[in-house]
Amino acid sequence: MSWFTNAISSSLGRKLLMALTGLFLIVFLVVHLIGNFQLLHHDGGEAFNIYAKFMTSNPLIKTTSYLLYATFIIHIVWGIGLVMSNKKARPVGYNVTKGSTNSTWSSRNMGLLGTIIFIFLVIHLKNFWYEMHWGGIPTVAYAGESYNDLYTVTATAFSEWWIVAIYTVSMIALMFHLYHGFSSAFQTLGLNHPKYNPLIKGVGYGFAIIVPALFAVIPIIMFYQSI
Amino acid sequence: MKITLKVWRQKNDKDKGSLVTYQLDDISEDMSFLEMFDVLNNQLERKGEAPIAFDHDCREGICGACSMYINGKPHGPKQTTTCQLHMRSFKDGDTIVVEPWRAKAFPVIKDLVVDRSAFDRVISSGGYVSVNTGGIPDANEIPIPKKIADEAFDAATCIGCGACVAACKNASAMLFVSAKVSQLALLPQGKVEGKTRVENMVAQMDEEGFGACTNTGACSAECPKGISLENIARLNREYFGAKAKSDNQ
Repeated sequence: MSWFTNAISSSLGRKLLMALTGLFLIVFLVVHLIGNFQLLHHDGGEAFNIYAKFMTSNPLIKTTSYLLYATFIIHIVWGIGLVMSNKKARPVGYNVTKGSTNSTWSSRNMGLLGTIIFIFLVIHLKNFWYEMHWGGIPTVAYAGESYNDLYTVTATAFSEWWIVAIYTVSMIALMFHLYHGFSSAFQTLGLNHPKYNPLIKGVGYGFAIIVPALFAVIPIIMFYQSI
Repeated sequence: MKITLKVWRQKNDKDKGSLVTYQLDDISEDMSFLEMFDVLNNQLERKGEAPIAFDHDCREGICGACSMYINGKPHGPKQTTTCQLHMRSFKDGDTIVVEPWRAKAFPVIKDLVVDRSAFDRVISSGGYVSVNTGGIPDANEIPIPKKIADEAFDAATCIGCGACVAACKNASAMLFVSAKVSQLALLPQGKVEGKTRVENMVAQMDEEGFGACTNTGACSAECPKGISLENIARLNREYFGAKAKSDNQ
């Protein structure tokens, strides 16, 4: 197996891991977003709470969630490692640089954008994921069955303007991260072909703008509902 | 035209170095950037000062020796080599900052001269064909589609100047290595040793201390030969394909 560890620890292999985990996280974003729409049902949170219970009890989804945790950890740890070793490749910098003339801002700041998203992730997991699993959150009963009332926890959080502000800023960071990351992942996988490049770029840009925007709009709607 | 030059001066690889300012008053806009440096060096020598060391050779844009990082871009504002950059690309009264390539793998030897032998070691690790190809074959004996021949030739136009490394925020040599892998991987003569070649060249590239690729595209945008990012995608395909299928452990 030395060939495998050798390949994975090379500069190309580390990028491959970033691309594969990144694409998996992109798929996860879609699933997460579809779930979030349950928050907008005007049913006092019933649809969302039922959905939340399903997501934390279904064995298939639980198994997938462990894969997801691992994916997040690999993407973050390998990302930090790459940024650090890339910095080492240029110990003495330039006095004058004009990066904006040859590359996009987001492509040069993936580490910074990733850091913002990571900080968001810690806050986000503490607010909801931790509370759902280990926090003492109130329960409600629908048709005689007891459910954790995650909807009320969410609605309470999104009635605070500063939490909504953090979420909105973080989603803007995610927008820029995906703006480069989506098509970059395909390039790293070696999928570069004049026939498909416009499609990959187009879908990537569309995804980068639409998905974070939809994520951000839900807390904003809930904030206005609370006032 | 009048030009203010801020040039990186560094006595040797141990010296810390700094930017030194020079005023030039009588520069023709038809001069190449290197000829402007020749004028400056003549003036310095007349004053008994050490001339600025810089790499140059063919002055025809084909050798890739003239490494200068000019006003924040390798080879200056035009997508060409420094020798093919003319003073008319600047305005009268401009201040121009000239620095050496910056990369761990390209240590500064003196002033603007860096040691680019890391590229030579990457080539020695596999950038060649060692099979005996015999005498000159008849035309079209080995059928190669025109498109493939063109792609291989485009990759082969890489002059190994190092602008890709200089431009990359990670000082990555990915564009150079991908061009050198591609020019051979596309052709039947090169395919024979293809897997071992890409494995060895990537290993050597990493050992030299070049960074990884973030796909910013800065390398290709600054490459005087316009080497395409498609080559980096091909390098990725060749490398992972080789790692999965080659006999090397």
